[in-house]
Amino acid sequence: MRLLARADCSGPQRGAEVSSLKTMAMPNLLLRLWHRPSSRARLWQSLALGLFVAAIWWLSTNLTGNLARRDLGIDFRFLSGRASFEFGENLAGYQAGDTFLRAFLAGLGNTIQVAVAGIVLTTILALALALVRLSPNRLARRLSGAWIELIRNTPLLLQLLFWHQFIIRQLPMPRQAWEPLPGVFLSNRGLVFPAPETAAALLPIICAVLVGISVALVLRRTPSVHGSRFYHFLPMCLLVAPPLIALLIAPPSISFPELKGFNFHGGSSVSPEFIALLCALVIYQSAFMAETIRSGILAVPKGQIEAAQALGLPRFQLLRLVVLPQALRIAIPPVTSQYLSLTKNSSLAVAIGYPDLVRVSQVTISETGRAVECVSILLAVYLSLSLFTALIMDVYNRRVMRRGGAAA
Amino acid sequence: MRGIYRIQKKRFGGGIFDTPGNALFSLILLALLVHWGMGVWDWTITRGTWQAETAEDCAKNGGFCWAFLRDRWRLILFGPYPFQEQWRPALALVVCLALLSASVSTWIWGKALGPRLLLFCWILGVPLMVLLMAGGMFGMPRVPMRLWGGLPLTVMLASVGVSLAFLLAIALALGRVSKMPVLRWMATGYIEFFRGVPLIALLFLAAILFPYFVPPGWSMDTLLRAQLAFALFFAAYMAEAMRGGLQSISPGQYDAAQALGLSWWQTQRQIILPQALRKVIPSLVNIFIAAFKDTSLVVVISMLDLLGAANASTAEAKWWGLYIEPYLFIALIYLIFCSAMSAYSRSLERRLGVGER
Repeated sequence: MRLLARADCSGPQRGAEVSSLKTMAMPNLLLRLWHRPSSRARLWQSLALGLFVAAIWWLSTNLTGNLARRDLGIDFRFLSGRASFEFGENLAGYQAGDTFLRAFLAGLGNTIQVAVAGIVLTTILALALALVRLSPNRLARRLSGAWIELIRNTPLLLQLLFWHQFIIRQLPMPRQAWEPLPGVFLSNRGLVFPAPETAAALLPIICAVLVGISVALVLRRTPSVHGSRFYHFLPMCLLVAPPLIALLIAPPSISFPELKGFNFHGGSSVSPEFIALLCALVIYQSAFMAETIRSGILAVPKGQIEAAQALGLPRFQLLRLVVLPQALRIAIPPVTSQYLSLTKNSSLAVAIGYPDLVRVSQVTISETGRAVECVSILLAVYLSLSLFTALIMDVYNRRVMRRGGAAA
Repeated sequence: MRGIYRIQKKRFGGGIFDTPGNALFSLILLALLVHWGMGVWDWTITRGTWQAETAEDCAKNGGFCWAFLRDRWRLILFGPYPFQEQWRPALALVVCLALLSASVSTWIWGKALGPRLLLFCWILGVPLMVLLMAGGMFGMPRVPMRLWGGLPLTVMLASVGVSLAFLLAIALALGRVSKMPVLRWMATGYIEFFRGVPLIALLFLAAILFPYFVPPGWSMDTLLRAQLAFALFFAAYMAEAMRGGLQSISPGQYDAAQALGLSWWQTQRQIILPQALRKVIPSLVNIFIAAFKDTSLVVVISMLDLLGAANASTAEAKWWGLYIEPYLFIALIYLIFCSAMSAYSRSLERRLGVGER
């Protein structure tokens, strides 16, 4: 009401020539509008929108003013300039002297690399933890519960720094490296392992896997295969056999790591930073995911388990055929958001110097001073990653709803 | 044989010795536990060093370096804050913890004047904490913000950040479920943006880009900027939690409020929000736990919170190379705080769950 009063104050001030009829009509009209919910909604919304636009305008004029004062403009052309910093490992093959764009791609590649490895390992560990958490043995249940509490209640960054220090200080020098498997060495310089000499050497095996998958997809559509006794073994055979055959026909030349001087040569290696980051992410995130999977398992109706027991299914088959498929379906939305948070948490890598996207932007900012551009690239990449995942989850949820909605 | 199992079951409770397989498994686990326990005892007590001047002295025994903690615990707890004045952050910490525990008590939220009283306490308490930490009045020497650190900084960053976020989150959650499309889009956009980017990127934004977005001459301490970034970030998560609470209120409540002739504000303030917020206190506590842990990220913009102070505690040459001792010490602090809060949140969940109709 106060707002209304202010609004019609400004009206009559215009002059005395305004007719008395009009001054009577104006408040009435405004009052009527005010009492109509739709127009009031419009008022609030335009106020909010106005505030928002004003804020954006204020920020952007400040930004352009400040940039102009520093003789900087927003300009992404610096990306094609040469970067002088060096970072060790990356899949994109970036080296000092390449463009900044390439450096960003390498950083993104490193983020994706650690995220994918982290997601696979986290899922396995979380599933194992969740099953132990539900084991009939009370001691095992308590112990895994205590472990999960311990991990969940300490900061990820603390764990990350701990693992990094642990690897650097506690693991042996390359000369005394541990050799858990023949040809695999773990030392304070990272992990080295045998690898094919070139990526091209892997081509036959990759082709074979693709062939296997496509044959499996074709056979899935073939009704006569469904009835056969081999149906259950088929996926296994098709995924294992072609690569094996390819391996036998065209064995890739493998380079084995060798100790020369103070470090290893040959083979492939990952840095201590990568291992520390992976360890910390997997251990931290799996504790959260285990609880999610556990609640998914507990959400499976008891009748399902009793029915499976009545059919005489052994415990492992009961888990594999009845409980897990239903539990995973319930757990998929929260698990996806945890995958996403794992990916976002991999940005903590900057604290130990693993060259992920954030680290690359940080170094680029210090080299070029292009802070606005770098931070906006950073935000845009993570944001599009999240929104893309959210989109996929939305589509998935709708499909599940359509299929399982009636039953639930 | 069965008798033995039954006796064991009675004594130790079910699930440990009830079947032969389980009993074997338990025995193996117990053996491992005893082994680890003895290892820890040996490392901390038998080989632990209480009297030492440097890290090398400790390394001789190969055990836990208690001497380091005895020498440095004040630095880890309070950061670079002047030694003589450390009673002030300690007092501020107590004030902050008192405010926090009052804020999550369902008893206060259930009282008619409770929320208003809480708001009042926060408005009074935060300046009090800042006064205590900053000094410059009542005979307390002035301490600049860059010297604030340790546990008080961690707790203050988390709690002030979360309480600011709480106020913002109410507006966001109401906007998120609003019938007005523009407000809904704006709230949704805000929430999606802040939930989509990593906190580190926001901290960089606050630390590096802030000067670009304000008129020249404005300046703000890094601490305050980080505080602002935390508040904006966690508001998005809290808003999502509150939206769950708002959506769980039955439509009958709205109808009843309308029938009584209450306006929209009155309906929200007196009918909807008290019920919705009460329901989401457990998840708000969980967000607070996450915030408490995530304050450690300020290390990346070189602030000395608990984790930063622990890092700094081994910077001196004589303790250089130690890392297990400071990290374990602060891990224990984080663990105590977070476990207490999560135990509370679980008990609340149970209590509220029972009361739910």
